[in-house]
Amino acid sequence: MSDMRFTKDHEWIKVAGDVGTVGISDYAQHALGDVVFVEVPEKGRAVAKGAEAAVVESVKAASEVYSPVSGTVTAGNQAIVDQPGLVNESPEDAGWFYTLTIADPSELASLMDRAAYDAYLKTLE
Amino acid sequence: MSDSDTLLLNVPLDALHRELGGKMVPFAGYSMPVQYPAGVLTEHLHTRNAASLFDVSHMGQVEITGADAVSWLETLVPGDIRGLGIGKTRYTVFTNAQGGILDDLMVSKLGDNRLFLVINAACKHADVAHMRAHLTGGVTLRPIEDRALVALQGPKAAEAMVRLAPEAGAMTFMTISELSIAGIGCLATRSGYTGEDGWEISVPTARAEELVRALLAQPGVMPAGLGARDSLRLEAGLCLYGSDIDTTTTPVEANIAWIMNKRRRAEGGFPGAEVILGQLATGAPRLRVGIQPVGRAPARAHTEITDTAGNRLGEICSGGFGPSADRPVAMGYVPAAFAAIGTPLKLVVRGKALDAHVAALPFVPHRYVKA
Repeated sequence: MSDMRFTKDHEWIKVAGDVGTVGISDYAQHALGDVVFVEVPEKGRAVAKGAEAAVVESVKAASEVYSPVSGTVTAGNQAIVDQPGLVNESPEDAGWFYTLTIADPSELASLMDRAAYDAYLKTLE
Repeated sequence: MSDSDTLLLNVPLDALHRELGGKMVPFAGYSMPVQYPAGVLTEHLHTRNAASLFDVSHMGQVEITGADAVSWLETLVPGDIRGLGIGKTRYTVFTNAQGGILDDLMVSKLGDNRLFLVINAACKHADVAHMRAHLTGGVTLRPIEDRALVALQGPKAAEAMVRLAPEAGAMTFMTISELSIAGIGCLATRSGYTGEDGWEISVPTARAEELVRALLAQPGVMPAGLGARDSLRLEAGLCLYGSDIDTTTTPVEANIAWIMNKRRRAEGGFPGAEVILGQLATGAPRLRVGIQPVGRAPARAHTEITDTAGNRLGEICSGGFGPSADRPVAMGYVPAAFAAIGTPLKLVVRGKALDAHVAALPFVPHRYVKA
């Protein structure tokens, strides 16, 4: 059973207790193409649900990563800053963007589980 | 198919693009491949390492004929068309009365009374209307609607071309020739928009797919889309109409004053000559320059450029990540006093002022096969 939840903007959050790990979905990395630059939030930064928390850029375009929930950042993933291609290679694992302490777990309820997200992707085809 | 798709024109190679997995996007009214499954980064690097085939059939092709064709075209462009040799190709621009640029184009001389023009897709209808409005007796203008245009670009382009058209090997940069390529009668210039060696090939629509399949069958040749074409031309420091040059920029400001020779500078006789020749004499207020961001963050078009004290200087006109340069690269307009190579600048990216400096163009050296 996956504990991953997804937004309509193609971010995911994996939850363990009150800590969430945030990244972008495989669909998102594929749509973006080769990632050449990322900017992750610094530790201690407060992020709000739906607000810009990170930046991901491909050769052609820059996109924002919106936080799936509100909270306080506990770490940004330096590995993807050093090696942006990791976002393409492992979007839903090693290519995570940041971890945060979740401020309000009830915000998770509005996110989609894997099955709902997959169904949502079909509507975009 | 959505409603917006139905308004788009398809290029003759549309079915082949889809067969090759091209990601089709709207561009200048056409449905065009922005990339293939390899992706922009791979397509870009492959072009610099081997050879890529680009479909640029959305661009306009025009034939100008008549006893006065050459002198007539010189009334619309600041370039030296009279001095262009038969079989030679030259880059020039259409200017307006204010000295602004209406479009940039390639002019090839097929004979004393016969010119071949390649103009931008987004401008082609306006260009043709502009030319027709100024048409005089002794000049005939014919938009060529029954030919596709493809570009083969990269260090292995020559190998592929010579295998299919042995006489192509004798051509040098910026020359034009009628060639039989894989048995197909084509009109080809040794030119391109990537900074690499290569050809742009005009081919009858009915045989375009056959030609492209023959080129793609050559070792080292892969299809590439408009995404790679844009990052390649940016690294090569080449202007994109609508981004780097437009009706608000003169050729002097755009730093392409080299398109004018001594005679045209002395004689004028093209739209906006007073403004352009005035800028040549006293200097342009601003100039297009290469800009090197210091960090890893790309600075995209319209990014604000400031001096080190934060005073606004201008904007980035083209910017992104250069896959071959392996760093962000950009071009922008700055006041002439800030145009010297090495001048420190700031780029305001997402509210942060990032370090940058004026850099020499191109970012990646051109590798043309010159005479």
